[in-house]
Amino acid sequence: MAKHFLSGNEAFAYGVRLAKPDVISAYPITPQTIVVERLAEMVEDGSLKSEFVHVESEHSALSCAMGASAVGARAFTATSSQGLLYMAECLPYASGGRFPIVMMNANRSTALPWNIYGDQRDSILMLDSGWIQAYAETAQESLDLALLAFYIAEDKRVMTPFMVNLDGFVLTHTYEVVDVPSQDLVEKFLPPYETENMLDMDSPKNLGYSVGPDYNLEFKYLEHIGIQNAAEVIVEAENRFAEVFGRRYTGLVDAYICEDAEYIMITLGTIAGLCRETADLLRAEGIKAGVLRLRYIRPFPNREIGEILKNSKAVGVLEKDISFGNEGTIYTNVNSALYKAGLDVPSYNFIGGLGGRDISKENIKKAYEHIINGGKKVNFIGLEVNAYE
Amino acid sequence: MKPTLKKFKKPAHISELPNGTYFEAGHLVTKNAGWRTKRPVIDIQKCKGCLECYLYCPDGVIGKADGKVAIDYDFCKGCGICAKICKFNAIDMEGER
Amino acid sequence: MNKIQVNKLNARTLQDDEFFYGHKACAGCGGSLAVRIALKVLGKRAIAVLPAGCMSAVGFNFPQLCFANNAIISTFAGTASMLTGIEAGLRAKGIDDFVAVGFAGDGGTADIGIQALLGAVDRGDNILYICYDNEAYMNTGIQKSSLTPFGARTTTTPAGRNIHGNLRPKKNVFEIVSAAEPAYAATASIGYLKDYMAKVQKASEKKGFKYIHVIAPCPTGWGTQTDETIESAKAIVDSGLWYLAEYENNEYYINHNPEQFSDVREYLKSQGRFKHLTEDDISQIVSQRDLKWELIRKSWKERKI
Repeated sequence: MAKHFLSGNEAFAYGVRLAKPDVISAYPITPQTIVVERLAEMVEDGSLKSEFVHVESEHSALSCAMGASAVGARAFTATSSQGLLYMAECLPYASGGRFPIVMMNANRSTALPWNIYGDQRDSILMLDSGWIQAYAETAQESLDLALLAFYIAEDKRVMTPFMVNLDGFVLTHTYEVVDVPSQDLVEKFLPPYETENMLDMDSPKNLGYSVGPDYNLEFKYLEHIGIQNAAEVIVEAENRFAEVFGRRYTGLVDAYICEDAEYIMITLGTIAGLCRETADLLRAEGIKAGVLRLRYIRPFPNREIGEILKNSKAVGVLEKDISFGNEGTIYTNVNSALYKAGLDVPSYNFIGGLGGRDISKENIKKAYEHIINGGKKVNFIGLEVNAYE
Repeated sequence: MKPTLKKFKKPAHISELPNGTYFEAGHLVTKNAGWRTKRPVIDIQKCKGCLECYLYCPDGVIGKADGKVAIDYDFCKGCGICAKICKFNAIDMEGER
Repeated sequence: MNKIQVNKLNARTLQDDEFFYGHKACAGCGGSLAVRIALKVLGKRAIAVLPAGCMSAVGFNFPQLCFANNAIISTFAGTASMLTGIEAGLRAKGIDDFVAVGFAGDGGTADIGIQALLGAVDRGDNILYICYDNEAYMNTGIQKSSLTPFGARTTTTPAGRNIHGNLRPKKNVFEIVSAAEPAYAATASIGYLKDYMAKVQKASEKKGFKYIHVIAPCPTGWGTQTDETIESAKAIVDSGLWYLAEYENNEYYINHNPEQFSDVREYLKSQGRFKHLTEDDISQIVSQRDLKWELIRKSWKERKI
């Protein structure tokens, strides 16, 4: 194990190298480019023995990864925003085909207007695609998720592709000290990829076939079971991870002083850090604030939300996403979890950070005050123009 | 090696379905015989075993048999290409009963 | 794979195994013959990729799976990129005794699939790409593609009093791919099966990107009888509307240079999709053919396969 000073992108690349994928195919797009550049350098210097394919588009990147996965090879790709949308056709293809591909997505706003900065609209648009979705908060977590992703995706109970999201620029391009584990330790954690779901020279198969109305519902049911199984496999994986590497993660959610919290802010990604600082400030003022960071939104932590929020007085959902014509998608998912748990907790939506707009401590404090005092359900925070008169 | 008809029982439990879109290659459950309105009939005396009909059949249902050829009527669609291609007029298209 | 001298492949020497069988293609389907024969040449170590199109639609409907060898359906645009991934994946696992072969239609090759196709040529990926050309989007109901020839009636280029069917020329994918300098490229027709088989065999023995463009008539879309498929595939070559050629090492070779062309009018009038053509249309087609052959005869070398 060694300490390196790495950006989120670099840390992820280090993680991928340790996972030893057989095939890497990726097309460059800001702010993901550093990942593929580092991986290319690692192939060049011999520290990574992967087939690095210079595909000519994102659609081909995921299509190539599926081809590799279809012959039982471990495959990796990475993208962002417009690229994720360009390969959109391939996402349900991969999940329906049960190919455990790992893809890093640098969260970035989607055009129009054009914008290269971070928000979460790209991955959240793909929420129904059947992929596991995790959101990293730190460079360390990014590296670790690279390893966990392959472990979880390739588990026979799961067999589902895995998207790891890093906030564009805010996480992809900021630097931290990161523990990089040794290859020996990784061999103890991550087994090689084995599957029946592959084209096999010894026992030929037909893959990627049509299934009509007579069996399709059942195939999709199996797919749903697979991604839901990820919830328990994630716990097992993190236990094993803690045994091998000495670092512990907390499953589908990461709760901060929620045990006795009355006002909880739910969020994803790096903004959780500022939320926790704000919660500390409020606690100093005697307000029982807490923060619940969703590490995974597929499978969705319905049970955890029901458990953690059961004694809360009000809840806010802070997200960098909106489903136009309705509300933030995370808000929709959280409300459904609350309802399924039988909880009658008022909830409020705070949509901010779109196109890389900064979310400040003041914005977050105001959001908490809104939760405490009540008001409009769906709110844009951080607007710098007068939108109300 | 050739795809063949298999006994396929409709799955009763979810565990009987593959966990993904993969399955053994060459697994057939239905025939194509019902498509025909005409069927090719080989006059084995006239047949010289040149194998042109075997080569040109789009469905591959004409196979080699004892130096000549034989038709798999389970999968013949009655297109008539074999009758057209035979230089020895050994194949006739007859009405399907 | 058959280690048989390239031009000696025939009905006797071809392996007996059938790899594409029991499928639901139309009676007399040219495309299915192209796929069937290629797989018999390549054998059980062929790994086939088929995009959305006729051959995948008729060959893989769970639980009726018609390929005896390893085969997978790719996305419509992704035939070449999936082939690339398969080849890279097997190579990474230390397996090299296989042929990664794609069977895509004209739409999946020349239109939606051309980006991935040229990307693979550019990378020199060790794959064999076969385009079975029935000159329209047949699987979805006979709509025009960029490989639909001038004058053809399709459901999106209907022929009436105002417009005589498709007005654009057939795109030349063989030359587009050749311009990107693959290891090998060739044109073929199922009306000349020995030539096609020889080319499949030859391509399979080369390393790098190989492309074969085979004309495969569709009775349904062309408006011919189910038993006329092979005749149409022969006539398109004999009339000079299609040529049997190869590209290798920066040289173009014409394999079959007819002393005299058969009657174009006879070819066209035998098909329902050309029935509406006027004498003017036909003269246009003939002069386009003559122009192309002038260029071929001036700059291409003659060489038998």
